[in-house]
Amino acid sequence: MRQKYLIPSMVFLLLVVATLFVFYNTGKNLDFVLPRRLIRLATMLVVGISVAYSSIIFQTITNNRILTPAIMGYESIFILFQTILVFFYGDRTFQAITQEENFFYAVVLMMGFSVFMYVLIFGKAKRNIYQLLLVGVVLGALFQTLGQFIQIVIDPNEFSIVQNFMFVSFTKMNTQLLLIASITLLVSLVYVHRYLKYLDVISLGRDIAVNLGLDYEKLIRKFMLVIAVLVSVSTALVGPITFLGILVANLTYELCVTKKHRLVVVCCSLLSCLFLVVGQFLVEHVFNFSTNVTIVINFVGGLYFMYLIFNSRKRI
Amino acid sequence: MIRFEHIVKRYGQKTVLDGVSAVIPTGKITSLIGPNGAGKSTLLSIMCRLLKQEEGKVFLNDRELNEYGNKELAKKLSILKQSNNLDLKLTVRDLVSFGRFPYSNGRMKQEDWQKVEEAMAFCEITDLQDTYIDELSGGQRQRAFISMTMAQDTDYLLLDEPLNNLDMKHSVQVMKMLRRLVDELGKTVVIVIHEINFAAQYSDHIIAMKEGAICYDDDAGQVIQGHVLEDIFEMPFEIIERNNKKICNYFNL
Repeated sequence: MRQKYLIPSMVFLLLVVATLFVFYNTGKNLDFVLPRRLIRLATMLVVGISVAYSSIIFQTITNNRILTPAIMGYESIFILFQTILVFFYGDRTFQAITQEENFFYAVVLMMGFSVFMYVLIFGKAKRNIYQLLLVGVVLGALFQTLGQFIQIVIDPNEFSIVQNFMFVSFTKMNTQLLLIASITLLVSLVYVHRYLKYLDVISLGRDIAVNLGLDYEKLIRKFMLVIAVLVSVSTALVGPITFLGILVANLTYELCVTKKHRLVVVCCSLLSCLFLVVGQFLVEHVFNFSTNVTIVINFVGGLYFMYLIFNSRKRI
Repeated sequence: MIRFEHIVKRYGQKTVLDGVSAVIPTGKITSLIGPNGAGKSTLLSIMCRLLKQEEGKVFLNDRELNEYGNKELAKKLSILKQSNNLDLKLTVRDLVSFGRFPYSNGRMKQEDWQKVEEAMAFCEITDLQDTYIDELSGGQRQRAFISMTMAQDTDYLLLDEPLNNLDMKHSVQVMKMLRRLVDELGKTVVIVIHEINFAAQYSDHIIAMKEGAICYDDDAGQVIQGHVLEDIFEMPFEIIERNNKKICNYFNL
């Protein structure tokens, strides 16, 4: 019974919270406040959905519940790319390259990284997904330290441009980028939708998946590309936010009894949007921007997650 | 009929299978026996496309294995590997229903559920159908997985050490079940097995392997002989005949 009402009640909750976020304490200047809040809300929804999809897919193909795409260095490659741009162009960065071009390059770069990793691991011999992860972790660390090195070298004023990319923020207003990101998200969701049912089988492990007639390697390749696109969407819009994935994915597994990935991703998307909107609401109206959404989400989510763990222990 | 010719498999420098050829007889239980590291599991994995061989070909009904589409093959041949420690919250019924995936593509029809029911009934796990698989005992879990491969409704079933971690009672249960699969439903079963007495009692055909090559390939009665087993395992064997059954003793000799 509880299960049947889970998704409708989450949709309802999200609607309430979103309405509250848009209309709470607007003041007199509606023309100024409303469009900005709506853009922020749209950004959060786009980011929430891409984080949810990328995390669920990634956790299923790696058969691991504590990983997010962040571990593969997708985000550090993005930050490294931004740092290199700023290193060469300095404060003229966004005259030399528009935000949209930047997004396009980021997507291409991350997809290229995905393909490179895949060829590296699966190209010659059949190796397993853990080697893929290991190489990802090492390369991620490499990109991160390279990025840090360049950040130390560059001018402090220019560093502040890079810094803008390093922290999560929903106040970066860019309607053009939001539009492109939304379209990208939509296309990848449509593309990945017909493959979602295969995730149910993949969660049983490679041997069973192959036994049941799946072209395992080909599917993993497709999912890795989709993950790369989704991570670029969220990272380019607001910064490195895939940490949210661990939290919302695990909460989804706890709340959502079904293992059908078509439902799980919907559930997880709703949950991550809820977290973002509530978190941002608290940041704007309760803390008056004195803290950021990362901290709020991790604090609230962490507490709730601990509650769930204690609860499940009692049941056993 | 499964036939493989001149299969070579190397892991790095080490040659695990060195030009192995044989025919798996249809409608029988074939046991692959041999010491650890003889290449039995590797051979089984190659027979069902989980591993790719360096050289040689595998034929299923006189057609080469890689000429089959993935889905097509999944309806003809199924495999169950030995490690199935999933920590997924899945009920037995859900697990068994995955066996229908090659047919249903995720959308279960009435007849698919029918097959699931049949498979569960055959493995005697119908009353466990709503239990989560991580709450099952080893034997129950093994039967659940076999039931899944059965729901796949293939003519060929390959099982890698199906008796692993099972006690005597459950081992006998599983072997009897496989026997019924062959005798009642006419399936072809290939198992990798370590306990020689189970191979002796329940299989029709035995392929014995040693150091990456097949050393004996014959009816069970022909392989279960003292000097043959001594040659395969390099240890003394004593064959005790009682009630027309051959029992292999290798303790305290």
